[in-house]
Amino acid sequence: MMNEYLQAERAQEWREALRKSMKNKDRTAIPRVKMPEVDPEVRSHTYDEVNLGLTEAMAVNESHRCLDCVDPTCITGCPVEINIPKFIKNIERGEFLEAAKALKETSALPAVCGRVCPQERQCESQCFYTLKLKKESIAIGHLERFAADYERLSGHISVPPTAPTNGTKIAVVGSGPAGLAFAGDMVKLGYDVTVFEALHELGGVLRYGIPEFRLPNDIVDIEIDGLKKMGVKFETNCIVGKTISQEDLREEGYKGIFIGSGAGLPNFMNIPGENLIGIMSCNEYLTRVNLMQAADPESDTPVYQGKMVAVIGGGNTAMDAVRTARRLGAERAMIVYRRSEEEMPARVEEIKHAREEGIEFYTLHNPLRYEGDERGRVQRMLLQRMELGEPDQSGRRRPIAIQGDTIWLEVDEVIVSVGVSPNPLIPQTFSGMEVTSWGTIVVNNDTMQTADDMIFAGGDIVRGGATVILAMGDGRKAARAMDEHLKSRQ
Amino acid sequence: MNRIVGKETFSDKVVKFEVEAPLIAKSRRAGHFVIVRVGRKGERVPYTIAAADPEKGTITLVIQRVGKSSEKMCQLEVGDYITDMVGPLGKATHIEHFGTVICAGGGVGVAPMLPIIEAMKNAGNRVISVLAARTKELIILEEQVSRNSDEVIIMTDDGSYGEKGLITTGVEKVIQREKVDLCVTIGPAIMMKFVSQLTKKYDVPTVASLNTIMVDGTGMCGACRVTVGGKTRFVCIDGPEFDAHQVDFDEMLMRLKAYN
Repeated sequence: MMNEYLQAERAQEWREALRKSMKNKDRTAIPRVKMPEVDPEVRSHTYDEVNLGLTEAMAVNESHRCLDCVDPTCITGCPVEINIPKFIKNIERGEFLEAAKALKETSALPAVCGRVCPQERQCESQCFYTLKLKKESIAIGHLERFAADYERLSGHISVPPTAPTNGTKIAVVGSGPAGLAFAGDMVKLGYDVTVFEALHELGGVLRYGIPEFRLPNDIVDIEIDGLKKMGVKFETNCIVGKTISQEDLREEGYKGIFIGSGAGLPNFMNIPGENLIGIMSCNEYLTRVNLMQAADPESDTPVYQGKMVAVIGGGNTAMDAVRTARRLGAERAMIVYRRSEEEMPARVEEIKHAREEGIEFYTLHNPLRYEGDERGRVQRMLLQRMELGEPDQSGRRRPIAIQGDTIWLEVDEVIVSVGVSPNPLIPQTFSGMEVTSWGTIVVNNDTMQTADDMIFAGGDIVRGGATVILAMGDGRKAARAMDEHLKSRQ
Repeated sequence: MNRIVGKETFSDKVVKFEVEAPLIAKSRRAGHFVIVRVGRKGERVPYTIAAADPEKGTITLVIQRVGKSSEKMCQLEVGDYITDMVGPLGKATHIEHFGTVICAGGGVGVAPMLPIIEAMKNAGNRVISVLAARTKELIILEEQVSRNSDEVIIMTDDGSYGEKGLITTGVEKVIQREKVDLCVTIGPAIMMKFVSQLTKKYDVPTVASLNTIMVDGTGMCGACRVTVGGKTRFVCIDGPEFDAHQVDFDEMLMRLKAYN
């Protein structure tokens, strides 16, 4: 069905005309667009967004590169199955608002995805250019962002059509990417959807986790406003399992529950001195700065603004934290990572941006212990030098300590970013679901349904720690399956 | 937004609020806390729930002016709204028939102790409450505590009310006099540390309710972490109550000064 729809769309006259308007040889000769960025020296002192977005001319030029393939493999790389050629070809013909509508057919958060998705590992990795031509892929992510931003700035924000309401109440636990994607699809199908959020602001990790220089809060607000206009209801300051129970939801007539409560439990390394003052989790650091706006002098929430800041870890969150520290005035902002740069899980773009902003990389170093002053404030850390051995289960080369080779590093703030565990609140307070020893909820991978047939789950509470777009993909999959499940019971 | 429906000033420093929060009033149990934020630029601060009226849909918080955020809260009046309030958070107090239970509350810590005293009494325990404060006017809720206690001992640092001396003097007197099966203590960290040291000496199992720095209160940030029995635990989701004899109070005292 998906394929028929794609072919029908592709067969439209305007698409055919566009394909004929330029020779493929000329299309493939165009070099990939470069995203304009704020100068590193300037941006490492502000919270403004680093990427500036493409101009109309740049976007149209980039869209010429897309060959509008018969078999658009790029779509298979997208967890929310955006009709990529359709939106790109709309950009090519100058119908930017139509391009945005095409995004919204399947994505609840296009302006977010255009900014934070690891496209190089998803759609762009499955692009014809990457697979067959061995050239740089179409800049799908940049174009997605362009279309979403164009619509937002145009003042003509479209609200996707929704089916007439069917009156069936659905509860969503958590307003992060999984929950929002699920809510968007369910409201389109006519369900009466309420999203419950524990914090005082909506967006989950999009709000508390990802810094504004990568994803401005305004963008998150506008995407959520779109969902509100479609009819999704939101309740902040409400913890399902605590403020209201599973039973309360049933009694209030909710026929389905989707759990997208996220991976809200930071891991520590459990090494000596880790509870010294000035050492904190990346979640704490980023929450203070992003959610609580602690860098704003008028905010009551404090945050350390260290001069010598070490961030432990090599993921996107570690990059977010170290670049935030730089912006808060760190003279030395350092990544400490036990493997080499090649094994870093962070996106290539994030590592590049960090480097440009003067972030120092202590790769192949692993913290052993911390020491503090008489008031308990961290002063220095002992690092073990590492080398790479044979590949481990993850396929990455295993880091091995070089015996006796250690160094002391002076620090006044340390941010521990070595992963997160699933938030235990839901598994502890819900019955009827199966939970792994890691604390993740067990689901049927095709439907995201849990052992309790009215409860579905997705995102990090199932995966244990993944990306915004994979969480959104789970939300979409769960919406489709819950809809079928509820209809089959009628 | 939660409306304030009652305000009572206990002393210059201590204010009692009754706040509309029907869902929390219904689901909370002794030992639970809430996170409160006052104003759009406000900080998220945990306060232990002192009482709840599920029919009226209100909860009671007793707040001491100790810093910017508690000061902001104490300036609110009846009819004002609290910007954000979420809960109930933490694990509820473990209540059962232990036998004889000492409830040792210091200063404003008597407020969150009150529901525990009531629950312990209802579970059939002999409850001996020891209330302590620096001076007479800082002794709060004496009447409510008396109603649910078999005995109330009052200690003041300056001897202006009850007996002169620290809370430990009152607790020790009871332990020396009769068999005590459990001690529950809530108050300033330094006070709980000394109560814990004392009861450890006499081998009396002791539970302390810790009030550390928090941001989200749901396990997300780890600002509240403490060392209990050599392991790092989160006060917000693993606590707030822990086996006091296992708590590293010195580390906790140090961490409480993180932003001072």
